[in-house]
Amino acid sequence: MALHLIARLSDIPPGEGRSFIVGSAEVAVFHTRSAGVFATQAYCPHKGGPLADGLTDGANVVCPLHERIYSLATGEGIGNECSVKVYPVSVAEDGIYLELDAAS
Amino acid sequence: MAKQRLVVVGNGMAGARAVEEVLARGGAELFDITMFGDEPYGNYNRIMLSNILCGIQDTSEIFINSLPWYAENGIILHAGSPVTEIDRASRKVRTASGIIAEYDILLIATGSRSFIPPIQGLNGADGKMKPGVFGFRTLDDCDGIIATAKASAKAAVIGGGLLGLEAARGLLNHGCEVHLIHLGRHLMPAQLDATGGAMLRTAMQKMGVKIHLEKNTAEILGQERVTGLRFKDGESLECDMIVVAAGIKPNAEIGRSAGLTVERAIVVDNHMRSVDDMNIYVVGECAQHRGQVYGLVAPLWDQARVFADHVTHTDRDAAYHGSKLATKLKVMGVELASMGLTEPEHEHDEVVQFSEARHGTYKKLIVRDGRLVGGILMGDISKAAYLMQAFDRETPLPDERLSLLFDLGTPPQKVTLDEMPATAQVCNCNGVTKAAIGACVASGKRTPKAVMSATRAGMGCGSCKGLVGEVVAWFCGGDMEEDLSVHYYVPSIPMAKPDLVKAIREQGLKSVSSVFKALAADGREDAASKPALASLLITLWDDAYEDERDARFINDRVHGNIQKDGTFSVVPEMAGGVTTPAELMRIAQVAVKYAVPLVKLTGGQRIDLVGVPKQDLPGMWADLDMPAGWAWAKSYRTCKSCIGTDYCRFGLGDSMGLAKKIEAKFRGIDSPGKLKLATAGCPRNCSEAMVKDVGAVAIGEDRWEIYVGGAAGSAIRKGDVLCTVIGEDEVIRISGRFMQWYRENAKYKERTHTFIERMGIDRVRAVVVEDAEGIAASLDAAMEASVNAVKKDPWLERSAPATANQFAAPIPVEA
Repeated sequence: MALHLIARLSDIPPGEGRSFIVGSAEVAVFHTRSAGVFATQAYCPHKGGPLADGLTDGANVVCPLHERIYSLATGEGIGNECSVKVYPVSVAEDGIYLELDAAS
Repeated sequence: MAKQRLVVVGNGMAGARAVEEVLARGGAELFDITMFGDEPYGNYNRIMLSNILCGIQDTSEIFINSLPWYAENGIILHAGSPVTEIDRASRKVRTASGIIAEYDILLIATGSRSFIPPIQGLNGADGKMKPGVFGFRTLDDCDGIIATAKASAKAAVIGGGLLGLEAARGLLNHGCEVHLIHLGRHLMPAQLDATGGAMLRTAMQKMGVKIHLEKNTAEILGQERVTGLRFKDGESLECDMIVVAAGIKPNAEIGRSAGLTVERAIVVDNHMRSVDDMNIYVVGECAQHRGQVYGLVAPLWDQARVFADHVTHTDRDAAYHGSKLATKLKVMGVELASMGLTEPEHEHDEVVQFSEARHGTYKKLIVRDGRLVGGILMGDISKAAYLMQAFDRETPLPDERLSLLFDLGTPPQKVTLDEMPATAQVCNCNGVTKAAIGACVASGKRTPKAVMSATRAGMGCGSCKGLVGEVVAWFCGGDMEEDLSVHYYVPSIPMAKPDLVKAIREQGLKSVSSVFKALAADGREDAASKPALASLLITLWDDAYEDERDARFINDRVHGNIQKDGTFSVVPEMAGGVTTPAELMRIAQVAVKYAVPLVKLTGGQRIDLVGVPKQDLPGMWADLDMPAGWAWAKSYRTCKSCIGTDYCRFGLGDSMGLAKKIEAKFRGIDSPGKLKLATAGCPRNCSEAMVKDVGAVAIGEDRWEIYVGGAAGSAIRKGDVLCTVIGEDEVIRISGRFMQWYRENAKYKERTHTFIERMGIDRVRAVVVEDAEGIAASLDAAMEASVNAVKKDPWLERSAPATANQFAAPIPVEA
């Protein structure tokens, strides 16, 4: 387990996502309008769409390529059989922390 | 110069239209305007009375100008005050109630009234029409008919013309048994021949109307009120109410008593001026021009324009030359177009016809000397626009007469759903077969939407959605559930577009997040609904729209079209597909410098640099130093053009120049779906303008045909001719008006070809060209406001990003 300071909250505009490279992993981090922060794997398992470029609401992200929907909290596919990996994140005073297990 | 006094007698469609035309020519500066009307209302669209009777429209929806309109335009209106006397010597009019108005110019537009034939027993003891007998001409008539119909079991309509048929149709909706009494041998004698009349009769009987032909009404029975009819042949019919729709009679008495020449109506010259008095004009159904009295609306519009041109001195040579009568209508669910003669008149008149009674299709044309002099189309009126134009302009017809009746070509091979093999692919984008849809229905999904979201059928390009719905219905075998949400504009807010627009306006919701807060369940956001709402809000609020970047699809956040590998495309503006060597060199240098993997010409006559990583976008835009080509958005996209008059030896109009003007005007205008335009310099149509969302085709002498609703993508459809206009400015104005109406009324992602089929080209034309709903000016103003609100070139965000890390590549984090 390792905690990584990813970015300041203001590096990700509200309602959008951005991609980060942490070690060997690429992660999409989202900052919802309701001030929640979530992290998922960077690319859609369906055809590799960049999830950080997807539309989000408080609960889900929509892949920009073929509109597959995933839960931000669980990574579960909504209306589709795929699912994405999610990472624990937290917000502290100095920014967003992401928890990566050593394997990734 | 002191203002003249313009007095208008008559506040119907003709009088009000004439005044509108005068105002449009700066008439408010020239005249003090006073209007007198019989009815105590503003003026309304009399054509829509049948909709009121049917209960399709509400009274408030058919007003063209309500009472405040008159005050706003400085017009004094005496509603409910019929003028009873014109004193030409002292130039005064007087009403029964004693109001006197002096005039310099008088316009008589008293229209007409129901023609009530002299039938025994028509009037009660008090000399008024017996209770239960109605004309069908005014709002009050309509109200009376509706109120009485509710309490009546059996109603009779006298008259088998258009008006009678509409009355019968309306009465059916109020639950009466309806009998239609017609003197002639077939229905709608003015528009149809015997064959057409018989087919219409069959259609009406199927709807439940009882038809009595060749019946002459001798007497209306009943003492206190109507109890029935007696015919000249001795038979009789019991009924509780009667609507008399036996024709109209011009209200010309006022002219006769003023000493003007009146034959069937008040006789006018080519300026629509009384032949007896320089200061009196007459328009509409009370005017007789070259022996003709017109009862349709199109001639009236022409007359009003001539009057206004003449009286305001806009054009003292303006002249009315009569109208050729052609109409398109829908009676009893039957589509119908009729023009000119219904039967051949001369020995050499040629008749071309086709009939297929089983489908209710009938087409008959009368050709004289290679020109169309008459025609009837029933059931299938797809050729009506072409034929009506050929009739009106007397253009020579093609030698192959068959092509007048049909669009020739191989008929499409439509496979029935029973025949379709289980392995047949219904949705090609997502590879969904008929069998897969069947399995999904069997698993309990019983609405097209549920099946689509479970199988993803129809969720690609969307062109198979209709077919998917049909297949689902076929599998459900009549057991399909209705899904109300298909009517919603976005799935997360249970409102159709008109209701949503109303709520947004009323509550002043200017941002996508505020719409969710106010209108969605629990105020919850829905990611998939955001772009649709953003598109709607920008259309409604223009520069007052509060842009939230997260509501935009990625394409609109970074101003490029996302590709399958997450890269983007760069398409610089290239209006009309015209570029320069200098631009080409810059594009080539940029492509080399950034190692662009693919350089491709687009279907819209642009150059596409494809495969660009997001972080390279700002640098490329800067090096290109060209404005954005808007190739990524649900918005105005492109206007292609052919080479036009500059070099082409066939060119009739400057299509390149017009395309550039169109691009300069409409670039960046958001819309429910892509808007791809084209201009063609002649009808050879090299730029494919006839299959674009909006296309303009030059036909010579500065005239352009405007096509709308064309498509040559996932659907193929030839556009409909909306109208022919004179001058490039008019092309831009009418195209803009059409696009605005589309923006306001289309569903999200609904392209114009679907939109037009949903609305019907007649409705589109009525709204956009004929201004039948009186909204043309507001559409023009709304489009103008949107044009003015378009933000600067979005590619300038290269030096001033709108959000943090807008164009960033994946950001490395130190471990």
